[in-house]
Amino acid sequence: MLEFDTWREIYSTISKNKLRTFLTGFAVAWGIFMLIILLGSGKGLENGVTDQFKGGANNGIWISSGMTSKEYKGLQAGRMIRFTNEDYNLLKESVKGHEYISSRMFLGNTITSYKDEYGSFYLSPCHPDYAKIKEIEMIQGRFLNDLDIRECRKVAAIGEKVKADLFKGTDTVAMGKYININGVLFKVIGVFRDFGRDDSEQRRIYIPISTAQRVFSGQNVISQISMTTGDASVEEVDYMVDQTHNLLAKRHTFDTKDERAVFIWNKSEDYRRFQGLFLGIRLFIWIVGIGTIIAGIVGVSNIMMISVKERTKEIGVRKALGATPLSVISLILREAILITGFAGYVGLVLGIGVLEIISRNLPQIDFFRSPEANFSIAVGATILLIIAGTLAGLFPARKAAMIKPIEALRDE
Amino acid sequence: MITIREIHKSYTNGQNSLHVLKGITLDIEAGEMISIMGPSGSGKSTLLNIFGILDSYDSGEYLLDGKKIHHLNERKAALLRNKMLGFVFQSFNLVSFKNAMENVALPLYYQKVPRRKRNKLALEYLDRLGLKDWAHHLPSELSGGQKQRVAIARALITQPKVILADEPTGALDSVTSQEMMDVLTEINKTGITMIIVTHELDIARRTQKTIRIIDGTIREIVENEGRGTKDERGETKDERHVEARHASPSEEYEKVA
Repeated sequence: MLEFDTWREIYSTISKNKLRTFLTGFAVAWGIFMLIILLGSGKGLENGVTDQFKGGANNGIWISSGMTSKEYKGLQAGRMIRFTNEDYNLLKESVKGHEYISSRMFLGNTITSYKDEYGSFYLSPCHPDYAKIKEIEMIQGRFLNDLDIRECRKVAAIGEKVKADLFKGTDTVAMGKYININGVLFKVIGVFRDFGRDDSEQRRIYIPISTAQRVFSGQNVISQISMTTGDASVEEVDYMVDQTHNLLAKRHTFDTKDERAVFIWNKSEDYRRFQGLFLGIRLFIWIVGIGTIIAGIVGVSNIMMISVKERTKEIGVRKALGATPLSVISLILREAILITGFAGYVGLVLGIGVLEIISRNLPQIDFFRSPEANFSIAVGATILLIIAGTLAGLFPARKAAMIKPIEALRDE
Repeated sequence: MITIREIHKSYTNGQNSLHVLKGITLDIEAGEMISIMGPSGSGKSTLLNIFGILDSYDSGEYLLDGKKIHHLNERKAALLRNKMLGFVFQSFNLVSFKNAMENVALPLYYQKVPRRKRNKLALEYLDRLGLKDWAHHLPSELSGGQKQRVAIARALITQPKVILADEPTGALDSVTSQEMMDVLTEINKTGITMIIVTHELDIARRTQKTIRIIDGTIREIVENEGRGTKDERGETKDERHVEARHASPSEEYEKVA
């Protein structure tokens, strides 16, 4: 097959009928354009929601204390629940199947200084496991360990931004130095990186919870307990959540049906729900997109049928001059593919372009971020187009091949 | 060159069957220039279509250059047409969005000749027919006579053994018609067999033999004198410097008219 030559043949036909070609291609271009926009928006939604989940393992369970809302065993509603180290120990021992577990205190922003540099950073006393639960990445030194907890050592792991703010100029080595947290000196044993929704996580300082309890609060109160569930199945996780709730209900004497005494956030459950939602959205988008493209294909097929009818005489002449049926089919088919492919490409480029523009000028909204169409989608759409073009051209091509030269050339 | 024996052809249209050719037997020698005459519906166009492998026949035998032609599949038929035959139609049948050169080159496209080569050849043939300056004009920009000459160039470019012309002068005025016959006569002199279907006596007289077909059978075969050496006005064609030789395309060819 004289590849280039054939395309030249088709090009000359197309350029003769520019308007018709344009209208034919428009439907396909529009279809692909809409598909890309929809897919990109869907991704944007997905990105935005996934963002909300950032800053920790997806299989985490977060337990915070609240206030009772029901009367129970003679105790009134409206009681504040307070967690202590005993709760942590209880859960650690009794809830089987957890991978990591840590308790935490909410001490809020604390003035921290090193020599002449001051800053206000969020102080977060916790257990060593917390690094795993929050997926903290150590870029220097180490995180807290069991020995630090047991010996109530005054050690701290600081965030990247903390290091940048306190250790400036010529003195940029933070490791081993002593920082002043609220009047108490802590030795820097590690620098970490933690990407959450924003960089506030980088402005944190983690110290052993036992140390904090001794030095800052003098009590054994904790604010929150968190754990991860490892490879546990959905049912297993649900069981662990229930178990946790019941254990705490028993210990703090509140009704197990009381929803507000203790808040347990089953992150994996929420995550799963959203995954399901997004699968549904993606499916919907594809159906709509393909439906639009089908409409475009029917349009192309239609116009090609008309084109074949118009060119009956020409096709008859070609056959008389030596065009084999295959040659005629090839001619029509290639024209269909060319129009569809080109129009589709235009739609693709425009779609991606528009997404790019939206992405650049998007204000910070919750639940919608960086709408994008990834490369594999673009490739998939292109292949879809070529197949579609072939299908669109199939009927007209067959019709053209069946034209009898004598009938076509019959002088009216 | 062409031999047909007892060719029968019927057109079936649902219930009705029209018996168009009722046993045609004919021999045409290579290099002959013959005309086929007959009233409308006599079957002359049908016969030409059969010669041109554009239509099939029901019974009988058709031999083209010794090769049996019967129920060829579309593909073989197309290839044979391309190689052996050239067509000239009453309404020219040029591709409207191609210029003269591209139209002439079209048969070579189906022989897979590269573009530059076939365009070059096309120009040579156009030159032979005096249309070199019009090579890049579209058919809509050409007169009837010019268009027919383009069609003739197109028919010649594959160096066919036979040229089949269906009322080639039908759409032309009388002067141009005679000029066209001059061209066709010259071509015939190079050895190409020519079969012309016509209903005009003037045109038929310029061929060697006229075959009269009425109602699907051959009624008579008339020998015509001369090969159009004199036109109506009595002038001889010698004054038009006609030189003919079936030469290879690169050799010089003097212009006709």
